[in-house]
Amino acid sequence: MSHTRYRVMEAGEARRFPPEAMARIEKILTRYPTKQAALLPVLWVAQETWGWISKEAGEEVARVLDLPPSHVDGVLTFYTMYNLRPVGKHLLQVCTSISCHLNGAESLLERCGKRLGIGLEETTADGKFTLVEVECIAGCDRAPSMMVNDQYFEPMDAGKLDALLDRLSREA
Amino acid sequence: MEKVLTARIGKKDSRSIDTYLADGGYTGVKRVLTSGMTPEQVIEEVKKANVRGRGGAGFSAGVKWGFLPKDTKGKPIYLFCNADESEPGTFKDRLLMENDPHQLIEGMILASYAIRCRNAYIYIRGEFYDGARILERAIGEAYAKGYLGEKILGSRFSLDITVHRGAGAYICGEETGLIESIEGKRGQPRIKPPFPAVSGAFAAPTIVNNVETLCCVKHVIDRGAEWFLKIGRNEKNAGPKLFCISGHVNRPGVYEAAMGLPLKDLIFGAEYAQGMKGGKKIKAVIPGGASAPMLTAAEIDDCPLDFDGVAAKGSMLGSAAIVVINEDACIVDVAKNLSKFFSHESCGQCTPCREGTPWLYKVLTRIEAGQGRMEDIDLLARICNQMANGMTICVFADAAIAPPLSSVTKFRAEYEHHVTQKRCLVGARAAELVTV
Repeated sequence: MSHTRYRVMEAGEARRFPPEAMARIEKILTRYPTKQAALLPVLWVAQETWGWISKEAGEEVARVLDLPPSHVDGVLTFYTMYNLRPVGKHLLQVCTSISCHLNGAESLLERCGKRLGIGLEETTADGKFTLVEVECIAGCDRAPSMMVNDQYFEPMDAGKLDALLDRLSREA
Repeated sequence: MEKVLTARIGKKDSRSIDTYLADGGYTGVKRVLTSGMTPEQVIEEVKKANVRGRGGAGFSAGVKWGFLPKDTKGKPIYLFCNADESEPGTFKDRLLMENDPHQLIEGMILASYAIRCRNAYIYIRGEFYDGARILERAIGEAYAKGYLGEKILGSRFSLDITVHRGAGAYICGEETGLIESIEGKRGQPRIKPPFPAVSGAFAAPTIVNNVETLCCVKHVIDRGAEWFLKIGRNEKNAGPKLFCISGHVNRPGVYEAAMGLPLKDLIFGAEYAQGMKGGKKIKAVIPGGASAPMLTAAEIDDCPLDFDGVAAKGSMLGSAAIVVINEDACIVDVAKNLSKFFSHESCGQCTPCREGTPWLYKVLTRIEAGQGRMEDIDLLARICNQMANGMTICVFADAAIAPPLSSVTKFRAEYEHHVTQKRCLVGARAAELVTV
């Protein structure tokens, strides 16, 4: 259960899925016996479209799937991977579960925060990095393991972390 | 033992259907669909092989399939491949999917044929972006070559497979949590009965099998139940098995061996993990993922890694995730880390689990920080006893109590030292005071 990444209620504009996203959604719907079953995949489309899922984006998902917005909200807040707030360009996910913990994950996480000047669940002022702690990501044999967006970086150490952050900082 | 499940891993282009076919892939599907082998005969073969579920529970896949009703009253039957691999310490299914996706797809085709499923899904954890993309590409290849879709290889059997990505929730690995999640809901487990085989997804009969289990099905159909049963310690614990070993060892990784591989061989064997990093001594071993009670250094002697072998030691093989902890680690800190995981992942449905898991974590944090009281140690055991053994809908709570309960029982001296001395007890003195 997600405890910390609840959405801050924000005033936003009404959202509509762009045509290419709607085309993807139509295709997804053909694979399931009910519209509701497509909720998780359609939430992924929403996140890929807007980078995060605002209250308005959640309502748009509810609209296209004929679901109550409250149901969509309940599902959204249950899973940890849907971003309920805008996140930086690079979402740094550091695993601190047992095998990574035994191999120095905490100091890696601390170094990450110190170098970027942010705490957990925070984003740098330039909008480039967001730092989160995650549970076991099945990289235990290459501990400590971390992900940046959808890519694994493992095994990590202080030197590799510095090089990675330097490289990502230089990117436009 | 000859490599079976991992035989193609490491080969060039092992993900492509061309290399899979060149290595004899899909011959099982061809044979079954063109020889007139009936679905019942496939189920019988898998039952005979006693393929026990590789996801954690160790329940026979064939027997599970046998629970499906003979008459579904017009309802479809669903097959879900459980690829939600989230048990801390486990990383075998990721390896199988990323490197040999067609092995899994073939296993799913055979399983679907056996249970008369028309639509199958792979529920893959959200973090496995690469795995999902690789599977989707492989499924596309299988459609193009006629192994998926309408009337496969000219037979009357049709099958569609869809990759369904999760979004970060450990509990969706529990089969009814997975079913709820695929229905587009919060992944909160259901009360059983009814069991999924009778009424699962969309109120239809549903079978949920783990990735490695379905890969085993492919080989059972290729080579027969007799062959499968000969691998391993005995017929109740048979077949090739993937072991994930991590923690303080020299060469962590996934190793394939016959079911029943001695735990000590896995840790120290030259072809396996090659011993402890820095030559340190073992303090504890978690033999089956975060949910399995810890074993002490003495208990790992003579411990065959199979379902019944680890159960005889009072723990469980689970997902075969072996986490090795050395003498320098503080057991209170280890239990605290594991409790944090369970506290975060409790789905919140049942009070004993929702309230108990963070309570355990708080008490462990207090003891670890040197602010614990002597009575906190028994308090931990008392909380544990009130959370599990049928107090909740699913077995999550039973899993969550394993680390604190086993460590308090076996390493009590370390807890007491933390309370009285306000620091960790490690090294030789700690080893002398272990109670099992």
